[in-house]
Amino acid sequence: MAQMNLLQAINNALEIAMTENESAVCFGEDVGHFGGVFRATSNLQEKFGKDRCFNTPLTEQGIMGFANGLAAQGSVPIAEIQFADYIFPAFDQIVNESAKFRYRSGNEFNVGNLTIRTPYGGGIAGGLYHSQSPEAYFAHTPGLKIVVPRNPYQAKGLLLAAIRDKNPIIFFEPKKLYRASVGEVPEEDYQLPLGKAEVVKNGTDITLLGWGAQMETIEKSAEMAEKQGVSCEIIDLRSILPWDVDTVAASVQKTGRLLINHEAPLTGGFAGEIAATIQDKCFLHLESPISRVCGLDTPFPLAHEKEYMPDELKTFEAIMASVNY
Amino acid sequence: MDTVKYQEGRVVHQVEAIDGHSVEIPILKILKQDGSVYENADMPAIEQELATKIYKTLAFHRVLDERMTASQRQGRLSFYMSALGEEAASVGSAAGLDDNDMIMAQYREQGALIFRGFSLENFMNQMFSNEKDLGKGRQMPIHYGSQELNYMTVSSPLGTQIPQAAGYAYGQKLKGNKQCTICYFGEGAASEGDFHAGLNMAAVQRSPVIFFCRNNGYAISTPSSEQFAGNGIASRGVGYGIRTIRVDGNDLLAVLKATQDARHYAIENNKPVIIEAMSYRLGAHSTSDDPSGYRTREEEAKYADHDPILRMKNWMLANKWWDETQEEELFETYRKDVLAAVKVAEVIEKPAIEELITDVYDKAPEHLEQQLADLKEHIKKYPDAYPVTAGRL
Ligand SMILES: Cc1ncc(C[n+]2csc(CCOP(=O)(O)OP(=O)(O)O)c2C)c(N)n1
Repeated sequence: MAQMNLLQAINNALEIAMTENESAVCFGEDVGHFGGVFRATSNLQEKFGKDRCFNTPLTEQGIMGFANGLAAQGSVPIAEIQFADYIFPAFDQIVNESAKFRYRSGNEFNVGNLTIRTPYGGGIAGGLYHSQSPEAYFAHTPGLKIVVPRNPYQAKGLLLAAIRDKNPIIFFEPKKLYRASVGEVPEEDYQLPLGKAEVVKNGTDITLLGWGAQMETIEKSAEMAEKQGVSCEIIDLRSILPWDVDTVAASVQKTGRLLINHEAPLTGGFAGEIAATIQDKCFLHLESPISRVCGLDTPFPLAHEKEYMPDELKTFEAIMASVNY
Repeated sequence: MDTVKYQEGRVVHQVEAIDGHSVEIPILKILKQDGSVYENADMPAIEQELATKIYKTLAFHRVLDERMTASQRQGRLSFYMSALGEEAASVGSAAGLDDNDMIMAQYREQGALIFRGFSLENFMNQMFSNEKDLGKGRQMPIHYGSQELNYMTVSSPLGTQIPQAAGYAYGQKLKGNKQCTICYFGEGAASEGDFHAGLNMAAVQRSPVIFFCRNNGYAISTPSSEQFAGNGIASRGVGYGIRTIRVDGNDLLAVLKATQDARHYAIENNKPVIIEAMSYRLGAHSTSDDPSGYRTREEEAKYADHDPILRMKNWMLANKWWDETQEEELFETYRKDVLAAVKVAEVIEKPAIEELITDVYDKAPEHLEQQLADLKEHIKKYPDAYPVTAGRL
């Protein structure tokens, strides 16, 4: 197995997908020769030519509209939005078009081949326009799938699954981990299942649930809690939509407690959706209220990034509050 | 009724198509690199006092960019964007406006802000996001803004200011106080849907706005040849029915002249104007970027010979409005000033934790007050983990 960082794992997945399928095309702002501002598409233009890996003009609306058309034609677009903060100019194309193409045409047409890759999240001193986690906006839209990897191994396996899946997918990449996270990644082709959570660690007292970059935070807080004698079960949701209710519910029925951690603001965040569903499925098993440790209900700050973040200390406090309820 | 307009024009009975490039757009040049002026050139209104102010602005801009780029490399500053080689575009255009005109910038127009008199301290406080930053430490470095100087706070999402400028200028027109808005953006940002929306709204609603495109040849790594296939950005102005000027963006006098003309036209006719300033981004896109990955040193060297500041200096020298002793003293003073200001600003405290929840709404709603109270309790419990704020609760 090779050691790869998250960017290399993504690059490797893209190379496999483009080699396997001649109609797979990668594009976005600065994606061509330069390899993207984070270098996720490095060397793809050299390998596959300018027709299959190229810079687009600076228009997210254009990128997604173009990608929808290309996907409807049967090609396999893998479009990059440079930062998830800049996905909103393309909101209409994604939410009204990508998500509803199949439904509105009675499956005469669909854009199931579409994959949208975009770096999300804070922790990089990026302030309010380079730090957002907008998954909840898209989770409100039937017809999309939403995937968030937490490490290089997952990034490759989930991205390959996303590209081959027959539905439009938004693949949120934790940019804080792009270079920070290095791990063993098989060089060969493999896929990880979409819509399936992963139990990262077994435990008996409380279920800790999250995705993407926050999984590190959750693991740190679990270590702190274990020192206090609390046994934590850790689950990485991996797919926000559809999400793996069964795995989460089974865990909560065992532990009797649930804490959900995400970086996006609390109000309207996806944790609310999970809490409502799990309350419905596990009401009689719950020993304490479902706890949410999330970003504040403010735009993402710059000077107070550390204070804003749902970090391991806040998570630890919430774990203890839950077990001592 | 205008609805029958489509019937006007020459009628032909064979296909006679118009090529996208067939509209030739003239480029205004007044000043040569050696400081002499083209024969018959229509000079802008400029006296020694204005010329000196402009030159000092250019010099300060160059020093600020050099020093702050160096500070970023030393790890004192998180991020910076210089306007190396294209300073004349923002400074020359700002000099063609009235102080009450509104400026809505992209992010590489610090020259306009320097011209308006934003203090060195204000620049530094924003870049170091300390408690004296007018923007309260919320945005990345170089996202300046000043109500007092009529400079709208910069927003990162590209192009969003373009339709806003159309609306702002429309409001100015309704107030009847003979002011206009200038809206800056790059040729890259001109690909955004907001560009179309903004120009079309301004043209149809007749807003006195100057759309000012800095065409510096690159949008991060993307050369303009991969950004658009038409004749620059100016050609689009024609399509929207907007008065259109293309100018040598490294020629300060030409930029000034074009802007003075545009301002007069916009205010007298209540109509928009678009100016495309042709230049070259000599430096990196930002301190996070390395241009050697997408262009050659030879290409950069070619444009280094078009230094707009040197061109203006040559003109000032020829006019006997400036000399080399003044030059040396000026740059030396600015270098010292900037360095001293960095030292002051970088140790000023960060904004108070309360600023986390202010300005989200006019008054913080109860749920935000509660979140702040919880956060403060938490910080008190773990002061070491939050060193920026812990000591100040
Ligand atoms: C909507 C949006 N998409 C992407 C970005 C990321 N981005 C920041 S600057 C930039 C290039 C802008 O180029 P241009 O408008 O030509 O201005 P220049 O930097 O050359 O002055 C990009 C893609 C952004 N800020 N906003």
